[in-house]
Amino acid sequence: MQSGNETAAQLATPKASPGVSRHAILLQGDSRYRFRKAFSGIMAAAVAACTVFGVTILWIILGYVLVRGLPALDLAFFTERPMPYGEVGGGVAPAILGSLYLIAVACVIGLPLAVLAAIYLSEYSHGRFGDAVRFVIDLLAGLPSIVVGVFVWTLIVINTGSFSGLAGAVALAIIMIPIVARTVEAILNLVPNSMREASLALGVPMWKTILRVVLPAAKSGIITGVVLAMARAGGETAPLLMTTLGNSFFNFDLMQPMAALPVQIYNYAVAPYADWHTKAWGSALVLIALIGALSLLTRWAVRGQKLGES
Amino acid sequence: MSQETIEQTQTIQDDSLAAGMEVRNLSAYYGDFQAVKDITMPIERGKVTALIGPSGCGKSTFIRCLNRLHELTRGARVSGQAFLEDQDIYASNVDPVQVRRVIGMVFQKPNPFPMMSIYDNVIAGIKLNNARKSRGELDQIVEHSLRGAALWDEVKDKLDHSGASLSGGQQQRLCIARTIAVEPEVILMDEPCSALDPIATFKIEELIAELKERYTIALVTHNMQQAARVSDFTAFLLSGEERYGRLVEYGPTQQIFTNPQDEQTEAYITGKFG
Repeated sequence: MQSGNETAAQLATPKASPGVSRHAILLQGDSRYRFRKAFSGIMAAAVAACTVFGVTILWIILGYVLVRGLPALDLAFFTERPMPYGEVGGGVAPAILGSLYLIAVACVIGLPLAVLAAIYLSEYSHGRFGDAVRFVIDLLAGLPSIVVGVFVWTLIVINTGSFSGLAGAVALAIIMIPIVARTVEAILNLVPNSMREASLALGVPMWKTILRVVLPAAKSGIITGVVLAMARAGGETAPLLMTTLGNSFFNFDLMQPMAALPVQIYNYAVAPYADWHTKAWGSALVLIALIGALSLLTRWAVRGQKLGES
Repeated sequence: MSQETIEQTQTIQDDSLAAGMEVRNLSAYYGDFQAVKDITMPIERGKVTALIGPSGCGKSTFIRCLNRLHELTRGARVSGQAFLEDQDIYASNVDPVQVRRVIGMVFQKPNPFPMMSIYDNVIAGIKLNNARKSRGELDQIVEHSLRGAALWDEVKDKLDHSGASLSGGQQQRLCIARTIAVEPEVILMDEPCSALDPIATFKIEELIAELKERYTIALVTHNMQQAARVSDFTAFLLSGEERYGRLVEYGPTQQIFTNPQDEQTEAYITGKFG
């Protein structure tokens, strides 16, 4: 027997009994092993319980909105404009279209700024200025949305003399910019440097490397970030109350007040009529479904992709 | 054919041959830290020059200075000169992007573009630079480059597969094909075999021997046997207590490995340290 084996045997102090091999005893768990196994089991159960608890709350909210909102849904709800109280029927079509329209305009305003800022931060910024920009963006991301509303109200509503869809879109864009900029920056940082160098070493200029190699590699992550920001902007109420105001009629003029689902929900919810409350639940359901559809759509669009693939 | 025409052809052929390099007093820094100090050495035209030395001696940093890739690292800078034939690539009127078109690079870890097919990987340099080429010309370049990288027979039936689907050794040869597709004059290789198994390494070494007919090659390697096998000239770099890397000895590979002039070189190649 070698001395190494003896040492191991002494450490575990197994007493070889007839019929049981020394290694069978050596490899058996002792009390520490049983404690470790039990502790691991308890922790795994705790983690699972927390997950179930968290998800359950979401399902309860979703279920409650479904139960309360479903009675409001009929064809008219999706095609007609809101009616004054007492009149039968009516729907939230202007709000659905208004919300989509506002998000689209906010994307047009905000996404180029946010993505370009992210490219600057990830690819070009060296040192203090970049850190300062990052800090400001983080502050902006934490800004209460009502503050954004007041800001845009002062900037656009006061100066143009009217609540307008444009003001709402600007407010939503301001809310989207920090979210998109920071997620896209993080995603770009995940693109391995070896890919940039591969391109640069072929004599491809930096800007073209970013455009043709780095951004395509980060495509799915960028889209995910954009969708998250769109979902967040789609649910914002406070800044819209101060900017687009809401509208009971169809309106696609950006310079006029425009309907939006969150505003519609708010207006229905604060009214004293049971019928309107049901409509508020219905509108909430539509809003959740819209955002859910949006994220499903993008998941489908970037399905099966990991970073660096396309 | 008249004498004149023959001479003209000769000159053009000479021009199309690989160019040599001459490095003078080149130093490289990362911020305040000097990684490489005062290196002066040639990289002979149409030959393989191996750069050997222990880890951290600055050989990768040095080779990255030769196509102006080093300066893209945050805080990095270079001083000194590096001539491509008679032109200093660090002269103020030189475009670093243009330098990298003439002096290509193969990296330690194979890095084909994962979102591109094998075909597109080979022509990536041409496509990303928006060179106008017909499909036929591109097909020709792809076949020529893949043959040049000894990969054609293995991938000719699956050119539309992802570059990432190949084995490590094949990926590295794909990277070499991608580099020669843009027709550089010098190819820098930064430990091209360190992530590969012995068989793949052998294939790359064979390939290097073929490539030096048409290209000047500088090869960083950890592996002294590899340097002895494939290179014509060897440079030994070392960072001593000073922490910056410097050139200890340069000479024909034969001489460096059989009759080194410096005792540090001798100690390193005989395995006494490093």
